[in-house]
Amino acid sequence: MTVKECYEAMGADYEDVMGRLRTDERVQKFLLKVLNDKSYDLLCTSIESGDMNEAFRAAHTLKGVCQNLSLTPLYHSASELSERLRGGQAYGEDMEPMLDQVKRDYAQMTECIQGLL
Amino acid sequence: MEQKENKGEKKKILIVDDSEINRALLSDMLSSEYEIIEAENGMEAAGILHNQEQEICLMLLDIVMPVMDGFETLAVMNKNGWIKSIPVIMISAETVPAYVDRAYDLGVQDYISRPFDERIVRRRVVNTLILFAKQKELSYMVADQIMEKENDNKLMIEILSNIVEFRNGESGLHVLHIRTLTELFLKRLLEKTDKYGISQKDIALICNASALHDIGKISIPSEVLNKPARLTDEEFKLMKTHAAEGAKMLNDIPLRENEPLIRLGYKICRWHHERYDGRGYPDGLKGEEIPIEAQVVALADVYDALTSERVYKAAIPHEKAVNMIVNGECGVFNPLLLECLTELSDTLEQEFKQMSEGSNAQKEMMDMVEQIMEGGKLDVSERTLKLLEHERTKYQFYAELSQEIQFEYTVTPELLTLSEWGAKFLNMPETILDPRKESFGTEVFAEEDFRYLLENLKDTTPENPSVEVTCLLHINGQERWSKVIARSMWGDQEPPEYAGAIGKIVDIHEEIEKMNHLEVMAAHDSLTGLLNHKAAKARISDILMGEGEKKYILLLFDLDRFKQANDTYGHLFGDEVLKYVADTLKSNIREMDIAARMGGDEFLLFMPYKDSMEPQVKRIFNLLTSEYKDFKISVSMGIACAEDCGGDYDVLFHMADEAMYEVKRGGRNGYRFNVHTGNIQKAKGE
Repeated sequence: MTVKECYEAMGADYEDVMGRLRTDERVQKFLLKVLNDKSYDLLCTSIESGDMNEAFRAAHTLKGVCQNLSLTPLYHSASELSERLRGGQAYGEDMEPMLDQVKRDYAQMTECIQGLL
Repeated sequence: MEQKENKGEKKKILIVDDSEINRALLSDMLSSEYEIIEAENGMEAAGILHNQEQEICLMLLDIVMPVMDGFETLAVMNKNGWIKSIPVIMISAETVPAYVDRAYDLGVQDYISRPFDERIVRRRVVNTLILFAKQKELSYMVADQIMEKENDNKLMIEILSNIVEFRNGESGLHVLHIRTLTELFLKRLLEKTDKYGISQKDIALICNASALHDIGKISIPSEVLNKPARLTDEEFKLMKTHAAEGAKMLNDIPLRENEPLIRLGYKICRWHHERYDGRGYPDGLKGEEIPIEAQVVALADVYDALTSERVYKAAIPHEKAVNMIVNGECGVFNPLLLECLTELSDTLEQEFKQMSEGSNAQKEMMDMVEQIMEGGKLDVSERTLKLLEHERTKYQFYAELSQEIQFEYTVTPELLTLSEWGAKFLNMPETILDPRKESFGTEVFAEEDFRYLLENLKDTTPENPSVEVTCLLHINGQERWSKVIARSMWGDQEPPEYAGAIGKIVDIHEEIEKMNHLEVMAAHDSLTGLLNHKAAKARISDILMGEGEKKYILLLFDLDRFKQANDTYGHLFGDEVLKYVADTLKSNIREMDIAARMGGDEFLLFMPYKDSMEPQVKRIFNLLTSEYKDFKISVSMGIACAEDCGGDYDVLFHMADEAMYEVKRGGRNGYRFNVHTGNIQKAKGE
């Protein structure tokens, strides 16, 4: 699978990332790093343990990483969740669908990136 | 000026972001041209800045981070003045205007928002660096140039006026005198009135310009200039042209006619022979028409002419000269200036001498510094930075040589920096964040010891900043007695604020061990390893004088027929017997019991008892009654009870001793309690 095909499969913006990061090699290198990024895990465990400040930071970091790599779907869902978490807001039922969306997008993204290996 | 990049080193950029990917992305974009240092949060960044402030040329800073976020980091940078030397570019997905404004308010130079675009990142970095370098360079240039310009000016003036004076046949002191007098008069005048609008800074400039007052004399033929006899009218007329000539010379300097020094020089040259009553030359100006600078120099000129020796006259003493001037014998002056002269009169002569005698150079420096301070805008110059660098190299060198663990502790942010050698020795990083909770304050120190040290430092004063603490440190897997010597550091606020401390750790383990060993030796009998009498007495006395029930007994015994053992088998054998007895005691007593050898073959045992004493005594007696090799051991033992001694050791000892002699008199090999309980008087002094 090429980087371009990978982006298309994820529904992410290939043109945008190439415009900024310039080469396939570089984009690929950082996509693989995303697999090792801890912020997704930290987000899930923080919400479970009720540490909303940490959850906000993790969502925020995840969002930043996705933004930098134009991983559009996960960027949007992480962004929405991070706004909901901003300021250490308490847990609410309404977070669940947002978190579910993040989880779905993350799973799909991981699967696509693994296709590059 | 030397630029850092000339050394062929890459400039260092510090990237502060909690996401490893984001740091790597930026690093990837910038690493071909810059050396990248990464930090995971503000706390780490502060640690790096603390050590490498001079080396880092730019910082990329994220906002949302754990431990210490971007805004807190900026606050720390402001507090430590780092924000002035290191430009910061914010990197964040946050585009809320309030965030951006706050960042700019805290001194951020530029803002890069996510997602990162390689070209934008590189361009912004370059732009910021160029802009910042320009600012820095400019501030150095201004500082250096001001210094150089001032120095050059003065040097040129001095050369010029010396040429004139040399031609006048004067020593060169005249210019110096005029300068000093001008300064003294002006300062006095400034105290009296501000109507002339002269500032401190003007004084220095006027003094410099005063040296030029006679440059016009260069145009006067030397026969006239140095004629010892009285000048003819024509010659005098010629001589008088020097005022206007000097002014013209200054005015004719191309393109420089508006320089303050030239403007002042012009006024002084042209009008330093005017008279307050309008009868002077060349223009016949009257009263305040004459610029005050020229008036002051005129007065100085006359005073110095009177009090100095010239080819045509001797020096006139100070008082007489002042009188002549005040009485109008040497021209007419501004009454205000005459007041200055009169008021200064008492101190003038002395002050004048002091100022002329070589202290001038230093004084000028002081004045210069004062001026610069007044201007207030100058930053640290390149020179200062080099001096600092020099000091740092020196410090590192000595720290390396001393082989001591040296440290620096700062309160905000709370971090501890180890000397290079110290860090290597302890196998720890040079910068330790949060040292109370991290390695240094918990592993090397016991937590409470470290807290105690910090509290002590915090409680010091700037006048009395030293602290010395001895504690057991854990160094490289060993427990080592160490002395921590430190002094607190204070900020330059008023009142000073506690900022941290510097200090070193000195290993005194061997010393302490030796001392402990000596203490042990002093308290013990060298043959048997039991306590000696002195030490036993001290310990027993402590117990007797302490609170609580005194349910103790003292057993005193010696070995029967021990002399025989010595005589029959020799002293070495005798020693063996003593050791054997001591060992028997040692292995059969409890921790709270005290056993001692009194000397010779006499031993002591002090022990608590519960209900009755006899079984305990009997057990010991039976144990001691034994055989060593072929020698049969038996003892004579006297026992006394602590309850009966009134808390006095000597009384107790005497009681036991009495009982022991009873046993001996009764044929040895037995034990006996002192029955005269309560009847024994104090035996002190026996």
